[in-house]
Amino acid sequence: MSPDRPQELRPRIPAQTHPPLTTDVVVTGHLARRGQPLVPRIGRTVWSTLVGIGIVISHAWSSRDTVQYPEEMTYLPPRYRGRIVLSRDPEGEERCVACYLCSAACPVDCIALQATTDETGRRYPEWFRINFSRCIFCGFCEDACPTYAIQLTPDVEMSEYERPNMVYEKEDLLISGPGKYHTHDFYRVAGLAIGGKGKGEAENEAPPRDVRDLLP
Amino acid sequence: MSGGRAAAPPKLVTVIIDGREYQAEEGRNMLDVALSLGFDLPFFCWHPVLGSIGACRQCAVRLYWTDREGNEKSEIAMACMTEAQEGTKMDIFDADAIRFRAEMIELMMLSHPHDCPVCDEGGECHLQDMTVMTGHSYRRYRGRKRTFENQDLGPFVTHELNRCITCYRCTRFYNDYAGGRDFGVFGLRNQVYFGRAESGTLESEFSGNLIEVCPTGVFDDKPFSHRYSRKWDLQTAPSVCPDCGLGCTTTLSSRYGELRRVQGRFNRDVNKMFLCDRGRFGFEFVNAPERVRTARVEPGLMGGQAGGQAAVMNGELALDAAAGLLRGRRAIGFGSPRASLEANYALRALVGPANFYLGMSDGDDRLVGAVLEIAADPRLRLGSAADIHDADAVLVLGEDLTNTAPMLDLTLRTWLHLRPNAVEERNHIRRWNDAGITRIKRREPSALWIATTHATKLDAVAAETHRAAPDDLVRLALAIAHEADNEAPAVPGLGENELEVARRWAAALSAGDAPLVVAGCSSGSLELVQAAAQLAAALRRAGERRDAGRADAAARATLVLTVPEPDSVGLKLLGGGRFVQGLAAIARGEAEVVVVLDNDLDRRAPALLVDDLVRRRPPMIALATLEDRLTAQADVVLPTATFAEETGTWVNHEGRAQRYFAVQPPGEDVRPAWRWTRELLVRLGHREARGWKTPDDVLAALEMELPRFAGVRAAAPASTGGRDARKVARQPLRFSGRTAVDAGRTVFEPGPPPDPDSPLAYSLEGLQPSQSPPELRARTWWPGWNSNNGLHKFGEELEALGPARPSGVRLLDAGPPGRELPSPSAPARFAPDGDVVLVALHLIYGSEPLSMYTPSVAGRAPAPFIGLGDEDAQRLGVREGDWLRLWLPWMDARLRCVLVPSLATGTAGVPVGLPGVPFISLPARARLARLEEPS
Ligand code: SF4
Ligand code: SF4
Ligand code: SF4
Ligand code: SF4
Ligand code: FES
Repeated sequence: MSPDRPQELRPRIPAQTHPPLTTDVVVTGHLARRGQPLVPRIGRTVWSTLVGIGIVISHAWSSRDTVQYPEEMTYLPPRYRGRIVLSRDPEGEERCVACYLCSAACPVDCIALQATTDETGRRYPEWFRINFSRCIFCGFCEDACPTYAIQLTPDVEMSEYERPNMVYEKEDLLISGPGKYHTHDFYRVAGLAIGGKGKGEAENEAPPRDVRDLLP
Repeated sequence: MSGGRAAAPPKLVTVIIDGREYQAEEGRNMLDVALSLGFDLPFFCWHPVLGSIGACRQCAVRLYWTDREGNEKSEIAMACMTEAQEGTKMDIFDADAIRFRAEMIELMMLSHPHDCPVCDEGGECHLQDMTVMTGHSYRRYRGRKRTFENQDLGPFVTHELNRCITCYRCTRFYNDYAGGRDFGVFGLRNQVYFGRAESGTLESEFSGNLIEVCPTGVFDDKPFSHRYSRKWDLQTAPSVCPDCGLGCTTTLSSRYGELRRVQGRFNRDVNKMFLCDRGRFGFEFVNAPERVRTARVEPGLMGGQAGGQAAVMNGELALDAAAGLLRGRRAIGFGSPRASLEANYALRALVGPANFYLGMSDGDDRLVGAVLEIAADPRLRLGSAADIHDADAVLVLGEDLTNTAPMLDLTLRTWLHLRPNAVEERNHIRRWNDAGITRIKRREPSALWIATTHATKLDAVAAETHRAAPDDLVRLALAIAHEADNEAPAVPGLGENELEVARRWAAALSAGDAPLVVAGCSSGSLELVQAAAQLAAALRRAGERRDAGRADAAARATLVLTVPEPDSVGLKLLGGGRFVQGLAAIARGEAEVVVVLDNDLDRRAPALLVDDLVRRRPPMIALATLEDRLTAQADVVLPTATFAEETGTWVNHEGRAQRYFAVQPPGEDVRPAWRWTRELLVRLGHREARGWKTPDDVLAALEMELPRFAGVRAAAPASTGGRDARKVARQPLRFSGRTAVDAGRTVFEPGPPPDPDSPLAYSLEGLQPSQSPPELRARTWWPGWNSNNGLHKFGEELEALGPARPSGVRLLDAGPPGRELPSPSAPARFAPDGDVVLVALHLIYGSEPLSMYTPSVAGRAPAPFIGLGDEDAQRLGVREGDWLRLWLPWMDARLRCVLVPSLATGTAGVPVGLPGVPFISLPARARLARLEEPS
């Protein structure tokens, strides 16, 4: 049994990992300007105010962008980042494999789920919850998802009077189709055996080896 | 303290890595050295305990050497197989080495399945980390992947062999270290298969360690996989295993308020980094439906109809009712060896020392008492599991370690594998050179001697074994003591064979400097424990006499004694009346109220006595975690926290006080037992208890009142917080779902619950692993090192045991020296006489009650039985599976017979604690007869 390891061999563990946060950086610009002479400062202020008023007046004659919503609907492209859905694979099974990557990616931590496994070994979420009253529709969850299960859609009409109604459970999220990605099927690519797909039956897989076989 | 041997300070040499000079310990491997210096050098097959074999080719570096002409040459070499010597020079960031490492990973990944999202290893996968580290991010290979069929390895461990990278860690652990025989490596070329010959439950009691040893997702935690969470979502806390008296340190992980998994936590003194399967998987009682979750009060107490349905109460009202029950009445309390020291002490304060009874069986009480006396004997020192590594010969006396203290079994096996060896020393083969030492050790004779009442699993690695009835084991131990040291009294009437064995074993044990005797409480025989102590003392005397006058005297004999439960020693040290005395006090009507602290009284005394208690129905307050027949009739039931929900202290078998911490808040009405007791004390006007705000305060009061607990508070940092008074974060920085977890219930996002009891916080704000003190660090994480293989970042490799702080504090070392214990007189030789002597059979799955709440553990426990040797079976005319009737003076029972051929004639084995087997104080005499059909 070796005794104490010499001091110099220990990895150094930083005591403080973040530099102290100060407010200096924020206020420096303002302080610098204060030193300037008074007359040019007044002149610049008056001039920029006049320019601003000019721009505002010029807009009175430009064409209108306002749409008469809800009588008139605006076009939202398919990749617009609105209400989130959970999609199904081409075989109609749930795509989500409960890998927790979306919940880890979410900057506001508004996704929570619990993984479970069916009797054939297929992983899926036992429950899946998104708190839309927190979601900022950043789409990080969709980026993180390895199975195209979670997708943002061009639906933005989800206002509610009560905040609890903004909490969507799996039943509210799961749709019946594949969403934006029609062909991807994660379990056909993965090596995990599930009901209806044994070892060696996934894409690019050779049949299982017979370990007792000594032939080349 | 660990290890008595003062090793020579390591020789430091200068090594050159990437052109800079560093100091390193001579003889360590360069991978270990580089990692300790903080370099990120990828590896797979090297493991801090298992050593190196150079199989994975991942730790490639450019190594320089000088040829005869003095020219500097260089080559790609494996750092893990290179010894640090003066001037060893290597480059990690050499272009060829970098490319080599990346190509090795690419080759390993050729057939790797596209599994990470559905792989339980993901997020704590060493293979993921190394793949990222070497920069292999894009699959170029488009061919077909090789696949394997998996096996069903039983209820504990999953098998997904397609993920294997052939590092051989699993078989090195399972076969070479843990001594498993039903697992191995098959096949050849690129179809190397790690598994069993055919599907089936892994037989080893240490199979769960495969999960942590395997760097990929081949072996994972099966119970955990059914309610899986990623590592970054798990709230963790450092804890201690509740399943035996060894006190292995663990890490608990919980999610959504449910305890999800238990892992080994690195610890220098007790279990290093491994765990047995009972400790790893037997935690389900925490989540069991049998948990008491709400306070209940008998309606009669609240002015309602007596005897009606107990009302579910708010905790405060229940406390009022309990205080009303206690006020002005004489109460007695039963402590518990599985509750915290704090709770036991608080209960002792509530009922008064004179009315405090130890809730352990009479046998345990006497034996643990003997352990404490032995600890005070100035000639002896109680050793820990780690002391085994310093021994040169070990005698196991009367303990079936695999089943009573499983990690001692693994420690002994590891010791046999790693202990210094003359061939190795002659050839300068280092301990980390696993391929080398495995080959040598296979040929080396064992240094382990085992004397037990029946065959044990450890016998397979023993030099010699001896089986005898308990009395004969005592005689053997005393005979060995006499052979080793003539001062020890001789044993009269020894048989030829016994004498022969005693001579041989005495010679073997006294040959080296450091013999070690392992014995314990499991057999129930007091004389055996005392004899073991005499033997250790005799060996020590013999060693000292031999060394007398030598300057380098190194003789020291150590004694390791097992105890049954996590706080057996703490409770006995606290002191109190025996359990049956308490029952007698109730029977005499002296006790007006009974307070029972988290205990299963049916396991503490014969059914006769407990039935009597139940019949009498004394007014009772139960502080309970789990429902049983006493909580069903208690007047007040106060739900107490389990070890996973409270902060507390346990004193292990060698007197080491260790703190365990809550991993999740208790929830609902559940509170730590000491808090309930404190509230009662306050209601009853106890001044001091008002000041008990944290467990530290309770321990301070304990230290003040009972000086033998001095220093117990130092077992862990105070609850006020660690460095900068900041608390350690139980949650990792990437803890997810904080605004959604509770949203199904409320959208108002309640803040994290406060935790005044410990220096940890239920939050991700606070000290993260790199900042927290070692004893509060439950998980390892370092940038780029998500798996447990990042342990080296914290300077805790096994080979360099330096910086890790010892776990907890040893209380018994500081105590006043007691008297030298006299030798027990040798019992008469055991002679079968028609009756049988019942001896204890312990079962790793079955004897420990808490773990039996785990379905996968309970599923591995056998049906109730009684074990019989061949001769006795013949005499009684029974075969395996027949019914037997068992008479003792105060009870009888019917059990099925199972043949245990190794049992001595005239003895029968009773499975201790197995559901369906009645409590019997062992060893005991009984009469057996065949039963035609049970009525
Ligand atoms: S869109 Fe962004 S904020 Fe919303 S759930 Fe996904 S990751 Fe979270
Ligand atoms: S990332 Fe995709 S597959 Fe993973 S849990 Fe989220 S939705 Fe499911
Ligand atoms: S073993 Fe690691 S790399 Fe392989 S699938 Fe599992 S997580 Fe991914
Ligand atoms: S199964 Fe795991 S531990 Fe065993 S060789 Fe494969 S990767 Fe290594
Ligand atoms: S770690 Fe060095 S070859 Fe595997």
